[in-house]
Amino acid sequence: MTEALLSVRDLVVEFPKRKTKLTALDKVSFDIHPGEILGMVGESGAGKSLTGAAIIGLLEPPGHVASGEIWLKDQRIDQLPYEQMRRLRGKRIAMIFQDPLTSLNPILTIADQLIETIQTHLPLNDKDARARAIQLLDEVGIPAASKRIDDYPHQFSGGMRQRVVIALALAGEPELIIADEPTTALDVSVQAQIIDVLKRMCHEHKTAVMLVTHDMGVIAEACDRVAVMYAGRIAEIGEVRQIVKHPQHPYTQGLMGSIPSIAERVDRLTQIPGSMPRLDAIPSGCAFNPRCTQKIARCTQDRPELIATELGRVSCWLYDGETP
Amino acid sequence: MSSSNSIHNKPLLDVKNLSCHFDVSKPWLNRVIEGEPQRFLTAVDQVSFSINQGETFALVGESGSGKSTIAKLIVDLIHPSSGEILFDGQSLKNTRGDTFKTLRRRIQMIFQDPFASLNPRWRVGDIIAEPIHAFGLAKSQHDVRRTVEELLDKVGLAGRDRHKYPHEFSGGQRQRIAIARALSAQPDFLVCDEPTSALDVSVQAQILNLMRDLQDEFGLTYLFISHDLSVVKHMADRIGVLYLGSMVENSPSDQLFDQPAHPYTRMLLDAIPDHEMSGRRRKQVTGEIPSPIDPPSGCTFHPRCEFANDTCKEQRPSIHETKGSLVSCWASEEGRLAHQPKG
Repeated sequence: MTEALLSVRDLVVEFPKRKTKLTALDKVSFDIHPGEILGMVGESGAGKSLTGAAIIGLLEPPGHVASGEIWLKDQRIDQLPYEQMRRLRGKRIAMIFQDPLTSLNPILTIADQLIETIQTHLPLNDKDARARAIQLLDEVGIPAASKRIDDYPHQFSGGMRQRVVIALALAGEPELIIADEPTTALDVSVQAQIIDVLKRMCHEHKTAVMLVTHDMGVIAEACDRVAVMYAGRIAEIGEVRQIVKHPQHPYTQGLMGSIPSIAERVDRLTQIPGSMPRLDAIPSGCAFNPRCTQKIARCTQDRPELIATELGRVSCWLYDGETP
Repeated sequence: MSSSNSIHNKPLLDVKNLSCHFDVSKPWLNRVIEGEPQRFLTAVDQVSFSINQGETFALVGESGSGKSTIAKLIVDLIHPSSGEILFDGQSLKNTRGDTFKTLRRRIQMIFQDPFASLNPRWRVGDIIAEPIHAFGLAKSQHDVRRTVEELLDKVGLAGRDRHKYPHEFSGGQRQRIAIARALSAQPDFLVCDEPTSALDVSVQAQILNLMRDLQDEFGLTYLFISHDLSVVKHMADRIGVLYLGSMVENSPSDQLFDQPAHPYTRMLLDAIPDHEMSGRRRKQVTGEIPSPIDPPSGCTFHPRCEFANDTCKEQRPSIHETKGSLVSCWASEEGRLAHQPKG
């Protein structure tokens, strides 16, 4: 296997409160390789977006990285001074946000925004930068790019805007793109188009993508590997096919069962009883234990680490003792 | 529940040729100076369907296809430009006084965003009790309290939760409160406008199961609006597909998924993500929904349709029936649709 592009090791993100502190991410570790799409899936509040924000250095104060390391190739980026991090952002790591309308400036044309981004990161003059901008819009599938480049964001539809945002993210030729729910605000039919663009770009430019979403359909469609998050921890990580077909962690099993199937009609959906714990009341041991149907005594006492099994890595005591 | 419509085949809700236009013209003076005509946006265009007692009818379509406008028209929040909505044989528009009030009580609505649909300054008990007070459904304060606690229990919350405020609940729990509020008016018919699209899948499963249970218990009839076809397949008996304000297909749920009759329905089905990784190939969808201010001539779907010919470009298709589906498509009517097996 090639060397990892991004490696996150035991990342802990904390939000201090007056007397206590909330641990929003608790010892999260994973790798992303060049040209790979890693999916991050989980319910709201599981810490998916926060992981992305921590990597790109955009944690909202007072949230901060309390311990752990983030490595981009051989550079450690979690402790970089502000100015260095700013230069890295957009150039080596780019971000795509959920809502394409709020991530574009409504009073600048697409050309202004793209050219500004290109010239910030690449030494090009105005004419070359404009040509590059048109080429980028072409690549993400905007018809008549040379005409539409002088339009304003409101003149584009939702799907087209998200294409522009992808073009903006690609402008600095980044090594890693963090896509935070890029298709959530879009219709299913348009969603398919955007996933296609993202996959193609990732393939052609050998860009690694961290795709944060709560939509299993998007995960199954786009990703190579998936990390399932629960209460700020990774519950399970593995190849997408394994996670979808043979989920191992009881939480992943419940999550997969709760999605209505298009192929067969069932009377009742499987539901996971209860809801995710609040950050100030995460149970001891395995965070999932109060809702788990296969709980054993050990689950309430010790916290499981990621255990390697034949199918992937899973943090669940049920798989302890199995030979990898 | 009401005993007047115990005959199963009689439709509880009958929508006939419903249209709704919105005036999107510039102000009058601007129009005069710039010499521009008035412009109208056709949100709903000649839509007809009926829903039987105890049935779940789903409306699907992309954003801007008019799903939510139809929901608002049915609960009388906005008024139709033309056409008729008959609930249990009576029209909300033409009734007054007590008849109107009873009719209005029997139709309730559940909204998409449970963070916006509950008053943050009211206690949950007061939110649920409001319809009880408004329609005079309880004799004493004690009765109101008992009903509220029963309802909270029905939707899977505790009776003592009535003292709390909405912000103390999660999204799924809030949607349960919204359902309890709708039920407190003792309705026969619930309009559910994307009730689960703001929720996580695991919570969505809980809410969908709850809605099913309540339907069995109270004999409710649902109009279920969603853009998620797998949710619709799970919930609906009949499905209406909307495109640019008009209904292009109206079929029984199983039929729609097995043998989609309209090219647009086929396209929507092909676009469903394959989350089970069954190997089904997802077909690329081409184009986007056009502007409803200036819709294409003839069949509004023709610019995106692979079966379109000159007839489709010029004439509006009428609704015809094939194999139990009501379809509005020239290609289907003239037998030009090459039969594509799904999969």
